[in-house]
Amino acid sequence: MDDEATLVAQLRAGEEAAFEQVVRLYGGRLLAVARRIVGTEEDARDAVQDAFLNAFRSLDRFEGNAKLSTWLHRIVVNAALMKLRTRKRKPEQSIESMLPSFLDDGHHEERFKSWDEPVDTLMERAETRELVRQQIDALPEGYRTVLVLRDIEGLDTEETAKVLGLSVNATKIRLHRARQALRSLLAPHFRSAAS
Amino acid sequence: MKCKELADFLLDYVSGDLPAESRTHFEFHLSKCRNCHEYLIEYEMTIKAGKIACDEISDEMRAIPEELVKAVLAARTKA
Repeated sequence: MDDEATLVAQLRAGEEAAFEQVVRLYGGRLLAVARRIVGTEEDARDAVQDAFLNAFRSLDRFEGNAKLSTWLHRIVVNAALMKLRTRKRKPEQSIESMLPSFLDDGHHEERFKSWDEPVDTLMERAETRELVRQQIDALPEGYRTVLVLRDIEGLDTEETAKVLGLSVNATKIRLHRARQALRSLLAPHFRSAAS
Repeated sequence: MKCKELADFLLDYVSGDLPAESRTHFEFHLSKCRNCHEYLIEYEMTIKAGKIACDEISDEMRAIPEELVKAVLAARTKA
């Protein structure tokens, strides 16, 4: 029996030390996922707590062929989405200043230039990955959430629309604007000045 | 197709959902407009950068606050 199978068996047997081990082993990662979705520390911690309690109650539904971390990840995403659904909406922040602007003739005002290095090379640096995460967190909430659910967590447009209470079309518009805004935030860091 | 319309169609283009006729107009514009071509590349790089950056869990993120560990374990005992 491998380490994970042993741990699951201990959880099913109700061994207290195993519960603590799981919380310490996976809790930080799950908290990072929840933070990115809900955007506040308090809601993220609540989501992680709800997720662990749900997981511990549902251990009989955990199938051995899945990884424990993957199963817990799915549960915390659902718990974070539940938080989003139940909390009061904040007034929407504007994203307009982060979107591309156009001249009267329909051309872009800005000159674009692809980044100086391939993404895979840029992302090899820890400080660059941290910078990208910071810029995602800097997006207005209603846009950050759509981007995280679609591009990071891999939900499809219909699922994202449903959990956020938006139409499919509104979800697509938000995702597009979020990507455009993130591009505006990242580009100055990754390319030399365009001519 | 103008640059502004091309920007509006980017999402459907990169997800493969742009209808054939619009796609033809889109790609024709791209072949003529270096600026839009660069913008498309940046747009795609942005999606990839976000995914790679968020797939990583740093050491700092790996840590779970002690009070949260205690809260989860206490809630489990109560449940």
